[in-house]
Amino acid sequence: MSNLMRPWQSLLALALSLLALATLPLLMPQAPLAFSLMLMFSIFVLTIGAALVSLLPLPALFLSVMLFVCAHFSTGLMIARLAGNEGAASPAFFLVLAANWLLAWRCVSLLCEIRVRSKMADNLLRLVIPAIFGAWILILWEALTRGLGIPFIILPPPSAIGARLVASVPTLWADVQQTVFKAVIFGYVVGCAAGFAVAILADRIAFFRRGLLPVANLMSALPIIGVAPIMVMWFGFDWQSKAAVVIVMTFFPMLVNTIAGLEAAGSMERDLMRSYASDYWQTLTKLRLPAAMPFIFNALKINSTLALIGAIVAEFFGTPIVGMGFRISTEIGRMNVDMVWAEIAVAALVGSVFYGVVALGERATTFWHPSNRSR
Amino acid sequence: MAENNFSVVSAKKLGLTFETSDGPVHALSDVDLEVKRGDFVSFIGPSGCGKTTFLRVIADLESATSGEITVNGMTPENTRKSRSYGYVFQAPALYPWRTIEKNIALPLEIMNYSTAERKERIERTLDLVNLAGFGKKYPWQLSGGMQQRASIARALAFDADLLLMDEPFGALDEIVRDHLNEQLLKLWARTEKTICFVTHSIPEAVYLSTKIVVMSPRPGRVTDVITSTLPKDRPLEIRETPEFLAIAHRVREGLRAGHSYEE
Repeated sequence: MSNLMRPWQSLLALALSLLALATLPLLMPQAPLAFSLMLMFSIFVLTIGAALVSLLPLPALFLSVMLFVCAHFSTGLMIARLAGNEGAASPAFFLVLAANWLLAWRCVSLLCEIRVRSKMADNLLRLVIPAIFGAWILILWEALTRGLGIPFIILPPPSAIGARLVASVPTLWADVQQTVFKAVIFGYVVGCAAGFAVAILADRIAFFRRGLLPVANLMSALPIIGVAPIMVMWFGFDWQSKAAVVIVMTFFPMLVNTIAGLEAAGSMERDLMRSYASDYWQTLTKLRLPAAMPFIFNALKINSTLALIGAIVAEFFGTPIVGMGFRISTEIGRMNVDMVWAEIAVAALVGSVFYGVVALGERATTFWHPSNRSR
Repeated sequence: MAENNFSVVSAKKLGLTFETSDGPVHALSDVDLEVKRGDFVSFIGPSGCGKTTFLRVIADLESATSGEITVNGMTPENTRKSRSYGYVFQAPALYPWRTIEKNIALPLEIMNYSTAERKERIERTLDLVNLAGFGKKYPWQLSGGMQQRASIARALAFDADLLLMDEPFGALDEIVRDHLNEQLLKLWARTEKTICFVTHSIPEAVYLSTKIVVMSPRPGRVTDVITSTLPKDRPLEIRETPEFLAIAHRVREGLRAGHSYEE
């Protein structure tokens, strides 16, 4: 409640927007398209009004919705005027933007304090809070790149990246198919399965444990930059060589984690199996593998990101004219930075989805682990 | 009855020495003991007296380094391989990824019982330990006492006539422990199993046992074997009778004698 009593963000936002009012205009005199009086009036009414209303003792839900709408509408009006006015934003512009940012902060902290009983509303809140947070990263990025006129080559504004992304969906989709659906998935499945199988072999046969593990250790130290061109030599330009790089990259984390996991079962649990005269495979499937699951999923999660990195980097060393790594390396050479960023955005999205799917699988499989338990 | 004289556990001059980096540790030396069918034998002594080690030798979780031991007339290894004992550990050691039902089914799965038989046995043993209705719960959703009862049910689920219990109630509070002791006695009377029970509580040992083995440390050996004169039917109140107190006194004397030359 103490946070409700001292809405310092609102007070500061009010002060900043009043300061902005004193240092008008919002754009430098040389700006080709000035803000109309009506537009400026709307922006200030929205920002100052929201700051004032948020000082009143009103319900948190009402206040946060009001702040959300006003702060973002005002920001939208400002940002929309930036196109064509690159590098012409005045200090007053950034003061109002800062005020709106503070109001959005206030909105999020109000949302964080709301305690809801229904599961639906709780899930909605869980989405809305990080969404506002993420949106402000984009808003500030857009305002700073356009407002300060940062060169396109250095950092394109997110709106330009978004436009490029939408315009090149067929190209991007073809790249995703080539890199992710062929190289990454195949390499990931084979690499993880091989790491797992070798871990079981090493556990079962001392010869493997003593002889193979040090060699596998060496394999983990292989630099991907060195391995990738060799794999291209061996397996050709198409996705098979990229899948081979992914296999090399994902094999070792899986091996090490599975071996560690197989040792995770407690001595009492093992004695119990021994008292049942259980054989090696029964103990493995009924005790040691379930106990190893948290470790195995750890490796699956690490590998989900490693596999994507491996496949993209491997495409820098020879590839047919499709693929995410190929696109990045050629478009940066042609100074099409927005396309590079679009490809990065797609890679981030694919990586997150991949990781998310594995994490969901983990929650379903290791629900019993103290870190996942819900009574 | 001739059958009642059958020796379930028979140890002669049994010794076990652990080789450690600090030199040999004599965990057991010259242990002679007979456990007859249907006995409830408690092993009591201070920590380090080898009572748990002795139980583990019976279960073939450790091997003796000298002397002889037979369990059910066989070597401990063959007894273990014929799956003829159930072991209850100090902690419940239930697998957290299995429900209580599935935990009890674990030995049955390993021993290839049919699905129908499994179901019937799970129900029966859950009833025996008063856990009916908790089969679908996960171990971590139950209290410590309930978890330990589930682990007893797991040891009872298959046909083993010998039950080895290693301080099963050591981690529980006294009220729960009293309650479980009472239930254990009833269960023993109903199932007519032979029970070897390790404890460090004198009242628990005297209340439960037909025979109390007092042990002393360094090296672990048997200092006294007391045959209980208490009747088989024992309400909790029996612990205030002079007979009970006399046995408890003798146990305490035995423990003190084992300790005396240490100082």
